[in-house]
Amino acid sequence: MVYLTRSEHFNAAHKLYNPAWTYEKNEEVFGKCANENWHGHNYELLVTVKGNPDPGTGFVFDVKKLSILIREHIIEQVDHRNLNADVPFMQGKMCSTENLAIAIWNELKPHLPGGVGLHCIKLYETPRIYVEYFGE
Amino acid sequence: MNKKVAVYRREHFNAAHRLFNPGWDDARNEKVFGKCALPNYHGHNYELEVKVTGKPGKKTGYVIDLKELSDLIKREIHSRFDHKNLNLDTEEFKELNPTAENIAIVIYSLLRPHLNRKLDLQIRLYETPRNFVEYPVKEPVHFRS
Repeated sequence: MVYLTRSEHFNAAHKLYNPAWTYEKNEEVFGKCANENWHGHNYELLVTVKGNPDPGTGFVFDVKKLSILIREHIIEQVDHRNLNADVPFMQGKMCSTENLAIAIWNELKPHLPGGVGLHCIKLYETPRIYVEYFGE
Repeated sequence: MNKKVAVYRREHFNAAHRLFNPGWDDARNEKVFGKCALPNYHGHNYELEVKVTGKPGKKTGYVIDLKELSDLIKREIHSRFDHKNLNLDTEEFKELNPTAENIAIVIYSLLRPHLNRKLDLQIRLYETPRNFVEYPVKEPVHFRS
C-alpha cells in the first residue's frame, strides 16, 4: 500500500457566522472571523490517495488525472469565490476549515476509480493552521 | 565609514478583496481582471515584510527597536486590514483598486511618518506565496560611460 499526495491551492473569501445566533453571540464566538463583509485566505489543499502500484504503470493513480479531478470538482468551484455565497457544496453549512475539508472529501470520493482509496484531505487555511480529515 | 544595516520585521494579515475599476463596465473588468473581479470577493493571507535600513545607534546597537517596529505595524496596518474587506471596510481603498502594488504603496505611506527620517523604509508584500511586490524601488545606478 502506497500513499500518493497531490497539492493544489485556491484563494477564497469567507466568514464564520451562525445565522441562528445573535450578532453579539457571533462576535463573542468567532471574533474578527465574523466580520460581515468577509475576509479571505490562500488555502493549500493536499489530497492523499492510497493503493497498490499497478504492475503495468508503477502508479497508485495517474497523478495528472488526480490533479484534473481536484481542479474540475474543487478548485473551479472555490477559487476566487466567496465560500459562503458562491459555492454550491457549502450552502447551509458553517464555512470552517473543518467543514470545508469534509465537503471536499465528499465531493472527490465518488470520482476515484476502483482500487484507489481516498486517505486524507489536508487543508491549510493559513501557513500555521490546517485540518486533516480521514473520512471517519 | 558607512555601516548601514537592513533589519526586517515580518507580519501577516488575512483579508478579502476584489479588483474592480468602477469606471469600466462588468465585461471590461472581467476581461482585464479575470476571476479577481468576481462580485462576491475572494481573499488572501498577506505576508508583509517591512525593511528598515540605517546605521546602528551608538548606545543601543539597534537600527530600530524591532519590538517598536512590530507594535507600529500592528497599530497602523494590522488593525486596519486584518480580517477586513479591503474594498468595503477600509478608507484607503474606497477609491483605490486594492492590487498588491497599491496595498504596498499605502502601507509605506502609513508607516513612513512614524519612522526617523534618517531611516530608509521598503515594503515587500506577498499576496500569495508566489506573487509579491516591493515598494519603493531603488533606481538602478547609472555609471558614466
